Amino acid sequence: MYKILYKETLSDVNKLMVVEAPEVAAKARAGQFVIVRIDEHGERIPLTIADYDREAGTITIIFQEVGKTTMQMGTLHPGDSLATFTGPLGNPTEIEQYGTVVCVGGGVGIAPIYPIARALKEEGGNTVLSIIGARNESLLFWEDKMRAVSDELIVCTDDGSYGRKALVTEPLKELLEARKGEIRRVWAIGPAIMMKFVSLTTEPYHVPTIVSLNTIMIDGTGMCGGCRVLLDEGARFVCVDGPEFDGHKVDWGNLLARQQFYREEEQLAVREWEHHCRLDAVLEGGA
Amino acid sequence: MAALTQRERLKIARQKMPEQDPVVRGGNFDEVALGFTEELARQEAERCLQCVIPHCVEGCPVGVLIPQFIRALRAGDMEEAVRVMKVKNSLPAICGRVCPQEVQCEQVCVLAKKGKPVAIGRLERFVGDYELAHRTCPLESKPKTGKRVAIVGSGPAGLTCAVDVAREGHEVVIFESLHVPGGVLTYGIPEFRLPKQVVNAEIEYAAECLGIDIRVDHVIGRIATLKELLSEFDAVFLGTGAGLPSFLRIPGINYNGVMSANEFLTRVNLMKGYLFPKYDTPVKVGKRVAVVGAGNVAMDAARCSLRLQVLRAQQDGSERGEVHIVYRRSRAEVPARAEEVHHAEEEGVIFDFLTNPTEILGDEHGNVVGMRCIRMELGELDASGRRRPVPIEGSEFEMAVDTVIFALGTSPNPLVFVDAEGLERSKWGTVVADPETGRATMPRVWAGGDVVTGAATVVSAMGAGKRAALDINAFLRGEVDPWA
Repeated sequence: MYKILYKETLSDVNKLMVVEAPEVAAKARAGQFVIVRIDEHGERIPLTIADYDREAGTITIIFQEVGKTTMQMGTLHPGDSLATFTGPLGNPTEIEQYGTVVCVGGGVGIAPIYPIARALKEEGGNTVLSIIGARNESLLFWEDKMRAVSDELIVCTDDGSYGRKALVTEPLKELLEARKGEIRRVWAIGPAIMMKFVSLTTEPYHVPTIVSLNTIMIDGTGMCGGCRVLLDEGARFVCVDGPEFDGHKVDWGNLLARQQFYREEEQLAVREWEHHCRLDAVLEGGA
Repeated sequence: MAALTQRERLKIARQKMPEQDPVVRGGNFDEVALGFTEELARQEAERCLQCVIPHCVEGCPVGVLIPQFIRALRAGDMEEAVRVMKVKNSLPAICGRVCPQEVQCEQVCVLAKKGKPVAIGRLERFVGDYELAHRTCPLESKPKTGKRVAIVGSGPAGLTCAVDVAREGHEVVIFESLHVPGGVLTYGIPEFRLPKQVVNAEIEYAAECLGIDIRVDHVIGRIATLKELLSEFDAVFLGTGAGLPSFLRIPGINYNGVMSANEFLTRVNLMKGYLFPKYDTPVKVGKRVAVVGAGNVAMDAARCSLRLQVLRAQQDGSERGEVHIVYRRSRAEVPARAEEVHHAEEEGVIFDFLTNPTEILGDEHGNVVGMRCIRMELGELDASGRRRPVPIEGSEFEMAVDTVIFALGTSPNPLVFVDAEGLERSKWGTVVADPETGRATMPRVWAGGDVVTGAATVVSAMGAGKRAALDINAFLRGEVDPWA
């Protein structure tokens, strides 16, 4: 069992948890993920490592409540435990001295882009330009942390409720234009549709663009193959070949379609969960 | 009761295993073979002729003392039967259920010549189940030696090796990547063939008796590397299996509804997807399922698919649909255990022999709607000694399917090889190890089971784990130093 030491509500649907997992923390690096299972009946879901503290022996995860598992996780508190917390999995981000780089984080993707931006900064020799965005102000978080590890930070929201009213691709295109030939590499983490459009934006400029894919997976060690994505060169497994890939080579249409495969089941699970919560509320209210 | 004469023994019919009715069991995941009653077991045991030279023992990959345990069983001395069994096999309730006895001990039984060998596997299961219920003969270990052995993987190879090393008094730690031990016994083989309660009970019992430390959620290669294990342990055994699934190199493998048998079976068995939404992991099959391949894993996938279809039909009153096994060779070449094929057919799985998929077809939403196949015929003998399937020109046709499950074999899990220079591997990715001793090319590393042979059987992995344990024990006693 893995104890939850700290929990923070970043916004209505984004929660942060610090989990005690010393062996995972000892090895964790930027770009890697863990597989989490809440309890005996739980499913295994991959969550990117948002931060780690080797001395304290902890891993920080941030998740958006989009399905039954993440909604249930959101109801847990410090002192509660998770049944499974396996990691670190996946290949770490290749951190080098690239020169000028751009880190783009969208929505809950701000969490995993942070350790990458920080590692690039700490490596030295990199000018880190960051863009973070969300649908609206209430879904933004970690602006201060991102600012601390970036040479320049652009914040935008889809509805203009905070920062600039724009999708992340807009300021990205401006940076690519303004610093033509200067930007060596772009990282983008967020919803698949955002990563797709970031990749499309950078393609004409021939800037290598690394995306971190979040697919359905079970074991996270190469066994199930549920996470396979199509690249130019053929099918690859996100868990052992990724999670980072060249965004220009990803078959985005296929990736987006595969994310929908269990849609009906996911909706059913959410309905059952909400029903269960309402019952609990009624029972508590009546007592 | 006076002992029977050999002639009288020959007259006893081979006892039938009580089984769930095929129609009933199609709608549940409960065990199909119900096990011998004591009476049936005693009766079957009476058939053994107690050969002076027991070929059955030679036919067993772990050398179970078959005539001795059967003799004790028919004398009614169950404790002795268990004790004899455990000399060679610490997991009899599992082996009795999943070993391909018809090509091992029972194939060379003297009664097999008349087509009715002693049902050794079923008797083994009877003894194993008795012990799980009564716990008469705990495994014991010798005094502590202070030596430490790491076992990577808790499947059949790792578990067997762990038990035999721990019995010598060495401290054993097993590292398992998933959240429960058992490897393929847990994630691969379905409940109706090998109940998870039996697997858990057998593993827990052995681990408790011998003080084996099983650390789940430990992916070696990530949380610790092989080199790091070698700095902490005196010896390391790799029993990481062959878990990386193969997909046919044909167009369309990434449509929704195409999956590996590993994914499908893991959802069903490990994650209990058949109980969704009580358990959180969904699993779904369509109305027309094609399982590509004809090994034991293919049979398991087909029979699980069929059960999911029946359960759905019972719930919503719709047609069950169909499950097809699509295999490029003919019935004679089917690699699965005879009993699995028989059970699959009895339950209603349809076999399409000499059929090979060439393309998977999808609709505009990315869902599978069909599979283009070509008919095959058998040609010359190939390297495996089987007749090579050759496409029949112009015989292409389309099968309407909405689910395709690939059961085409697997290759070793790659992660354990991170930071393991000096560990030689074959061009198939399997670890190069001495078949007699399990020694790998890297000092103090042994390997056995599917990680060495590629996908094979539970009991052959157990045999490899056993041989490696013998060599590890000799090495730790200072008797051999193969890498000196």
